[in-house]
Amino acid sequence: MTSTPDGEIVQFDNVGLRYGADREVLSDVSFTLYPGSFYFLTGASGAGKTSLLRLLYLAQRPSRGMIRMFGTDAITLPRERLPALRRRIGVVFQDFRLVPYLSAYDNVALPLRVAGVPEHELARPVADMLEWVQLGERMHALPPQLSGGEQQRVAIARAVIGRPDMLIADEPTGNVDPDMAIKLLRLFEALNRMGTTVVVATHDLHLLKKVPESLIMRLDKGRLSDPTGALRYPPRPHGGFGLRG
Amino acid sequence: MAENARSGFGVIGRRLRSLAGSGAPDLVQQKRLTGPMPWVFAIMVALTVIAAAAGLALSNMVNSAADALSGGATVQVVEANAAERDRQAREAARVIQAMPGVAEVHLVSQDEIQRLIEPWLGMSIGNEAIPVPALVDVRWSSPITGERLGQMRHRVRQVAPAARVDAQSTWLKPVFSAIDSLQWLALALVGLIGCALAAAVLLAVRTALGANRDTIEIVHLLGGTDSQIARLFQRSIGFDAAGGGAIGLAAGLVVVVLLGQRLDGLGAGLVSTGALGSLDWALLVLVPVVGVLLAVVTARLTVMRALKRML
Repeated sequence: MTSTPDGEIVQFDNVGLRYGADREVLSDVSFTLYPGSFYFLTGASGAGKTSLLRLLYLAQRPSRGMIRMFGTDAITLPRERLPALRRRIGVVFQDFRLVPYLSAYDNVALPLRVAGVPEHELARPVADMLEWVQLGERMHALPPQLSGGEQQRVAIARAVIGRPDMLIADEPTGNVDPDMAIKLLRLFEALNRMGTTVVVATHDLHLLKKVPESLIMRLDKGRLSDPTGALRYPPRPHGGFGLRG
Repeated sequence: MAENARSGFGVIGRRLRSLAGSGAPDLVQQKRLTGPMPWVFAIMVALTVIAAAAGLALSNMVNSAADALSGGATVQVVEANAAERDRQAREAARVIQAMPGVAEVHLVSQDEIQRLIEPWLGMSIGNEAIPVPALVDVRWSSPITGERLGQMRHRVRQVAPAARVDAQSTWLKPVFSAIDSLQWLALALVGLIGCALAAAVLLAVRTALGANRDTIEIVHLLGGTDSQIARLFQRSIGFDAAGGGAIGLAAGLVVVVLLGQRLDGLGAGLVSTGALGSLDWALLVLVPVVGVLLAVVTARLTVMRALKRML
């Protein structure tokens, strides 16, 4: 896993984002994310969570500020080099964003195919991943034939199949039952233990208690609340995280 | 989203072969011959084949006629007195025969002349009713230059004052000029159809890009490159162009063959010399190949340009 010399996987420094001539939806956002850490991003609706996530998964460039990802300046990075960074990030979208005319199997296989993995090498991991999210028997179903919860599990399987360095999930448990929510969190934790940095945006405050080792990033009206400075950038000389969930 | 994605020629679809190896599924859904694009291609290719065939046939006709006439000259002796006309014609043939470089001199008999003018003047018209000029057909071993024509006129005039000497190619100059214009017209038609084809591809790709915007964004966010996405559209448009091109080629060739048979039936010398050679047929077969390449390149440029506006 590549990170900056200081060990950060993501650095935001005074980042601001505005759409058109409207007021900023994110203001002066500064934080660092470290490899192998687990973060919850919380905040009320409209606080800017989705905007912050879009910056994190490189769907958007900020209006101002500095962003470094995996040791690379993501602001000045030519767009031809963005795909290489994006392949290191797994994303679970709030609205799933599955390709509606691809089967569950093909949706999950998509990141591997984009990365050029040969067909004979991807069949087993894709099938295993679908088995893990309990969709092994529905792998040939199209998304419109799946329930909301099943679609969400396909989206999660697609996000983690490539063993990303960073996993970003926007309300990943919103459409699943409590048992499945716990199961998915355990999957995220397992990935996290293998070194993947996990960022989960959620409204569900109960979820925070399920991962005691997690850090909490709270957004309020576009500003990041960081009372202890645990997420601040530049990082504190001796590191350490103070915002335990 | 599903509804959008199913519209247009390049709806992202069931398989993803373009992103990986041949065993992988295609991401761009192939509608094969059920969409409008293959039929647009078929019509364009058929029109191009017919226009190109016409241009090639005209070119062959001109070349063949020019070859045949380049060394030819005709002496007409316009004299009312039949005996004097025949004498001057024989003298003209004699002096021309003596000139170096002359391959053949043929004094056209009255019977031949009668046969030539019979379709226009009828069989009953005798030599006395309408005096017809005596003709001498001259064939040089190489194309006639202005200098040779001048020398021939000078010598003929000394023995046959009523004679008029013309290079045969000069008679057909207006015809060649008209055929030349038709050739340019055929070329312009081929060019215009090519432009229309590119415009049709551009519109189809733009529509498909709009319809598949969500999927393109997903592929981008999963780390797909512009080239990978462009290949999906190239592949889709390539299939449409190949299928439509094959149909258009077959239809165009049928029209060309039928038209050729009809023109052969006219028995007109110039038309029959315009027959297509094997190289011409090969060029016609290349029309859909060039069409597919044009379509694929247009699709790629359109997609790459559109993607550059996305992050």
